[in-house]
Amino acid sequence: MTRGEAAVPGMTAGAQAPAPRAAPVLSVRGLTTSFRVDDRWVPVVRNVGFDIAPGETVAIVGESGSGKSVTSLSIMRLLQKETSRIEGSIRLDERELLSLSDEEMRHVRGGDIAMIFQEPMTSLNPIFPIGKQIAEALVVHRRISAAEARAEVTRLLEKVRIPNAAARFDEYPHQFSGGMRQRVMIAMALASRPKLLIADEPTTALDVTIQGQILDLIKSLQDEENMAVLFITHDMGVVAEVSDRTLVMYRGETVETGTTDDIFHRGRHPYTRALLAAVPRLGSMKDRALPQRFPVVDVATGEASPPAEVADTVARAKAPILDVRALTTRFEVREGIFRRRKGAIHAVENVSFSLFEGETLALVGESGCGKSTTGRSLMRLVQPAGGDVVIDGHDVMKLEGARLRTIRRSIQMIFQDPFASLNPRMSVGRAVTEPFIEHGLGTRAQARDKAAALLEKVSLSPDMMRRFPHEFSGGQRQRIAIARALMLDPKIIVADEAVSALDVSIKAQVCNLLLDLQQTLNLAYLFISHDMAVVERVSHRVAVMYLGEIVEIGPRAAVFDNPQHSYTRKLMAAVPVPAPARRRLRRNAAAEEIRSPFRPVGYEPTPRAYREVSAGHFVRID
Amino acid sequence: MSATVDIAPPGPARAPGQIAWIVRRFLRNKAAVAGLIVVGLFVLVAIFAPLLAPYDPIKTNWSEIRHAPSAAHWFGTDELGRDIFSRIIYGARASLMAGVVSVVIAFVVGVPIGIVSGYVGGVFDTVVMRVIDAFLAIPFLIMAIALAAFLGPSLTNAMIAIGISTAPIFARLARGQTLVVKVEEYIEAAYSLGVRPMTLLTRYIFVNAFPPLLVQSTLAIATAIIAEAALAFLGLGQQPPNASWGSMLNTARMALSQAPWMSIYPGVAIFLTVLGFNLLGDGLHDALDPKD
Repeated sequence: MTRGEAAVPGMTAGAQAPAPRAAPVLSVRGLTTSFRVDDRWVPVVRNVGFDIAPGETVAIVGESGSGKSVTSLSIMRLLQKETSRIEGSIRLDERELLSLSDEEMRHVRGGDIAMIFQEPMTSLNPIFPIGKQIAEALVVHRRISAAEARAEVTRLLEKVRIPNAAARFDEYPHQFSGGMRQRVMIAMALASRPKLLIADEPTTALDVTIQGQILDLIKSLQDEENMAVLFITHDMGVVAEVSDRTLVMYRGETVETGTTDDIFHRGRHPYTRALLAAVPRLGSMKDRALPQRFPVVDVATGEASPPAEVADTVARAKAPILDVRALTTRFEVREGIFRRRKGAIHAVENVSFSLFEGETLALVGESGCGKSTTGRSLMRLVQPAGGDVVIDGHDVMKLEGARLRTIRRSIQMIFQDPFASLNPRMSVGRAVTEPFIEHGLGTRAQARDKAAALLEKVSLSPDMMRRFPHEFSGGQRQRIAIARALMLDPKIIVADEAVSALDVSIKAQVCNLLLDLQQTLNLAYLFISHDMAVVERVSHRVAVMYLGEIVEIGPRAAVFDNPQHSYTRKLMAAVPVPAPARRRLRRNAAAEEIRSPFRPVGYEPTPRAYREVSAGHFVRID
Repeated sequence: MSATVDIAPPGPARAPGQIAWIVRRFLRNKAAVAGLIVVGLFVLVAIFAPLLAPYDPIKTNWSEIRHAPSAAHWFGTDELGRDIFSRIIYGARASLMAGVVSVVIAFVVGVPIGIVSGYVGGVFDTVVMRVIDAFLAIPFLIMAIALAAFLGPSLTNAMIAIGISTAPIFARLARGQTLVVKVEEYIEAAYSLGVRPMTLLTRYIFVNAFPPLLVQSTLAIATAIIAEAALAFLGLGQQPPNASWGSMLNTARMALSQAPWMSIYPGVAIFLTVLGFNLLGDGLHDALDPKD
């Protein structure tokens, strides 16, 4: 829709936009970018237009394949010339970027326009100290002496709130955490005092508390420098927090532009409404005891049908299907030629919980908190240092070899990345039937029949069995992985960030699928996730992990409505909420790093005690 | 399952099967197709040698010793009056066979060692790899010559010697690939499904480590042909009176200045075959690597 309208400026009369429209810093008109595919030009971005005023933030939001990143790369002219073609007009302060020479464009990049990327881990050169890398950007664009550069770099590092900036000038990228590296990237981007900052998914790879800090930082810096920001993201929560105006992109076209407030509350395009309906909102589950399906949205009308209620599947009367007692996993750290023990990463420390049939227990926490290692330890994918794990009456820690393989019929795992968890050189049919055949549960014909039935159960067609994984989208692959896990009729499924890598609408569908399977098959889920909003939606109970230990565990409603541990509260406060009213919100969180659970040799774990807040709701006493 | 609506764009348009896709990518690469044509021609020549050769390759003719190329003998004759063109055609059999068979031996010996070593890891891997390193420290040709001399001069023994000398390279490459593939999530997924170790090694690790091994094979064929030539040159490969390109070069060296055609044509045949296999190998590498 509104192909023509989308390009018209002045749709920003909304309450929140900066009222007087100064001359725009960046003005994009009729941007069409095509890629060369098999000797044909295929447009991937069609007729996109927008303006960004000084000090304004415009967000481009869309799912994978919507063309949002290609739009930003087109503005920077970072696409390969031989295989791409950019048409239309991109004006920066009345200068037409598309007609500049390569040499002139080089000065614009990193001079007038700076860019920060998703992966702070790979955007820095590992063999130079970070101070030197920033200084290089300064010397290229500003012609200043080395001593001046050093002083300026220190000032910039302080500006992006890196603690103890002067001392960290000579440190290397590996000595910085992900969040700190993203601060360095921002400092580098600011070095040339750009008029426009393009931020392409700058917080997607970061933990939620770190994401909150980086968003705060970008907002503060924008106020200080009066810089325009183009923010590319898939996360509606982030959009709501940062942007004045928003463009919604879908399959290469702008489906809607407007003030962020209008988009969120008065979205006109059905796709916008469907996208928003699929976003889980933290706090939307108040006063509900059971999980809830996501609403199913009709794309044609944008109307959401109220989600079907789920029945209570938890078999509390029976003995738990999974019982974990004092599980401990440590990874030794050795150094030097003689591989002397230096200490150990206490990845999982004295973790206990139980899981009932038909129940979903969520393990939440940030990277390095040990939630994934817990899941992998109780399946014996890594060898725990101690503790007891009883699955369906079998003590897993005492099993070896063939008997350990047998226990895998009861407990199965779904992995995070559906692009990595399927063998690329094995057909879908073979992949799904394989567990059944490998465990000798029946003939090939029986396996095929069962696989066909399961593929239908996960809303795929049985004819897909002849095809290979690369022919499927991420959501379809995750369904294949689920069907495969179900081939052995497991009682427990460990879902390790199983929906984290999926687009928001697909995420909602896969969550609904998991809930439906729980209804029909009475599955117990150990749902490992960093996404608080999804966890709130799907789980019966929640355990919050920090530095390898459970700090709080209890019924979902109790933990979310009445968080007791300071870390739980911090985690919940950091989640971006898709409500534009919070746009000017600042968390004022200090620039902290997530601590490491590394302990030196001879470290004795502190004995822990838990306090019962309400029935089944325990919090660690610190 | 109620009708969940796919509101995101569907995945990429249905791609053709993997094999068809690889073939298409391969055919688009002109150098690779040229390599395939060259190799294919030599294979056909080897197969149909009796039909193509104008003369008997081992029939001597004392009246036509070291004749220069002419209408009767396109590539001239050698020191026993044999037709060089016919000998090159028959020699393709020995040379191509030496190339292919020795690489098959190297593959069959080296790859399982490398995969098991990489998969098992730990002390076992360390010990195996140090032994492999020791083998690799010996220059390839020296080892092949020593082995061939030990086994006795014949084409079969030359192929075994070349195969065993090449095996450490395959073991090392297979181990490296195994280490890369081993950490992939689908390996852990298969393990957590309770897939048996043998299935894991063959259907998961081997098939995913295969493309670089295949490419290495085509390159090794070229090396093996040259190695057979070198062994034949020393009298350790194809035995007289039968021809291989290497043994032809060996005898031609005595008459380099008087009868240069005796060495030029076998040299050109070796050059073209090696070039063909190299182009083919490069092309396969690019066609099998989707990240290109």
